[in-house]
Amino acid sequence: MKKTNKMSVEQVHTWFEVLRFASAIFIAFAISFIIISFSIDSPFSAMKNLFIGPLTSFRRFSTVLELMIPLTFGGLAVNIMFKANQFNLAAEGALFMGALVSAIIAIYMPGPSGLVMVFAMIAAGITGAIVCAIPGILKVKWKCSEMVVSLMLNYVMLYFGTYIFNQVARDPNSAYKASYTFREGVTLSNIISGTRLHSGIFIVIFFVIATYIFMFKTKWGYKLRVTGSNINFAKCTGIGVAGVIMSSQLIGGFIAGVGGSTEMLGMYTRFQWSELPGYGFDAVILNILAKENPAYIPVAAFFVAYLRIGADYMYKQSDVAAEIVAIIEGLVIVLIAAVAFLAKLKHKMTTKASKNLLESGGAQ
Amino acid sequence: MSGVIDSIFSTTFLFSVIRVATPLILASMGAVITSNAGITNIGIEGVMLVSALAGVLASAFGYGSWFGFLIAILVGVICSLVIGYVSMSLKADSVLTCIAFNTMAVGGTVYFMYAVVKDKGTTIALNSGKLPSIELPFIKDIPILGEVLSNHNIVSYIAILMVLLVYIMLYKTPLGLRIRSAGKAPNALSSVGVSLLRTRYIALGISGILGGMAGAFISMGYVTWFSKNMTAGRGFIALAADAMGNSTPIGAALSSLLFAMAEALSYSLQITSIPSELVQMLPYLVTIIGLVAYAIRKNSLDKKKKEHIVGE
Repeated sequence: MKKTNKMSVEQVHTWFEVLRFASAIFIAFAISFIIISFSIDSPFSAMKNLFIGPLTSFRRFSTVLELMIPLTFGGLAVNIMFKANQFNLAAEGALFMGALVSAIIAIYMPGPSGLVMVFAMIAAGITGAIVCAIPGILKVKWKCSEMVVSLMLNYVMLYFGTYIFNQVARDPNSAYKASYTFREGVTLSNIISGTRLHSGIFIVIFFVIATYIFMFKTKWGYKLRVTGSNINFAKCTGIGVAGVIMSSQLIGGFIAGVGGSTEMLGMYTRFQWSELPGYGFDAVILNILAKENPAYIPVAAFFVAYLRIGADYMYKQSDVAAEIVAIIEGLVIVLIAAVAFLAKLKHKMTTKASKNLLESGGAQ
Repeated sequence: MSGVIDSIFSTTFLFSVIRVATPLILASMGAVITSNAGITNIGIEGVMLVSALAGVLASAFGYGSWFGFLIAILVGVICSLVIGYVSMSLKADSVLTCIAFNTMAVGGTVYFMYAVVKDKGTTIALNSGKLPSIELPFIKDIPILGEVLSNHNIVSYIAILMVLLVYIMLYKTPLGLRIRSAGKAPNALSSVGVSLLRTRYIALGISGILGGMAGAFISMGYVTWFSKNMTAGRGFIALAADAMGNSTPIGAALSSLLFAMAEALSYSLQITSIPSELVQMLPYLVTIIGLVAYAIRKNSLDKKKKEHIVGE
């Protein structure tokens, strides 16, 4: 058989995906470059700062990794919840409440600090699961739009959580709005001195692997994927659809809650969030960047975290508001999600590859 | 507590309900039109936010508040059409497009605000316009009614007018029929030679006009500045009003009034000893309860219908 340099159709599709990602990112940067050049005189140096910012010091690079942790937790949570075809956006509220609950436990619970932390994480996970279950129950039972309910629920959780915080944990002697400090030793240990990178990174790695195995190697994960991709088919094959949807919301919420707890115990010594942290919405973006595959979520989280730290550096050096990354992220997402973007090119490449294959096949 | 009850039955409370309801009614009319056309448009939150900033900037650097109002509407339409282009012509998932757009709106407005006024919080430093309040002739002289209904911002009256216009447009014009068919029977629409895509673009465009007005009211009527993320989920509440009103203009307007009442109540309750966080939670909680109550009623009605059919 003559070996040819011609690509198979599958290879063409893989290459095409890479090309699409690259061009989406390129276009997003190009547009934001144009926007930046309207507002300052030296857009080139601003863009340069955006790209090299995280690499300018070891400390800055480690903040990228620190930021990856909560982003990845959120991404995994949303990945599982969305897999059931439920647009449940309550991960935001779940993460917030999880952080609060674990902070309260870290302040008050007696006992060895390791035990306190395990307990805090589990309690935070359960809290998150309850939060994300609410839109799920309302959807399964009465067909309420899970999206609208979860959007409202996030605000309810913010204010309800702030109320609990003020009643239970707020330190009246603190100059700003913060809780009492956590008990001595109740903190995820630092793994690289000189940075704030904490052992939560091992917890998140564990969850990435666990989610991947759950999704692709277990019966549960299979049921979930079937339910998400075709609910009627799932019903016909005897899958308890309501149960599958509910359990995916519970698991997703649990991961979000643990994420909040990890962030709290790893990065803070007191609870001081007065706004929703935003990781829940970022998670939707990550999930798309990762092509809805849990294994790629850390990669997507790295990309987003790198961009944010870079933007922060750009803000300090070039006086361009770091919020420009929201525009870059939005553009990248939209272009990646757009099926028709570069579709003609894909069609052309596929036809060409098939033709080539046919010709070489004829020569065999 | 009796102070609160007095304040609820006062004319100033009813006055503030109408004031608070204005952006909700406008935005929910936008949501009604798009959902009738078969589009879930959660991007309306972002549209409002962008329009609010556009209105403030245009009125500060252009030709006053009405110019700002027009620019806000124009920007609202453009944003809506962009959402439409990405989700329909480029075929991206519509919910995802809207989430991405909302993220861009929150970040982008802060970016532009900082670029213009070097402040990431508000544009209070700018001398931006305020849309006028008007006194209604005759009605203002009626005792209680006059105090409640007169002297509102002009956009509040426009909002009430819009409910009527949207009602007439949806149910009494060919365009309305097309929009409703685009949602209920898209194939039927195509089969009679009407472009589904074009109809949905028109629906999105109209929702952009309404979202733009809602945004302009928030930053040029309700207050006279733009601040970071100032819509605070009102676009989402408008979607809830649309769902609760079963996508009818009158139903959505009444639901908006209900949610506005919860919000106005939360302002009255702030003078009491009830913790302010719980009070702030109220509008969002009422929205969820309203949605659930509506869904339960609808479900039991559907069941009865089914039983009825089986019984025959």
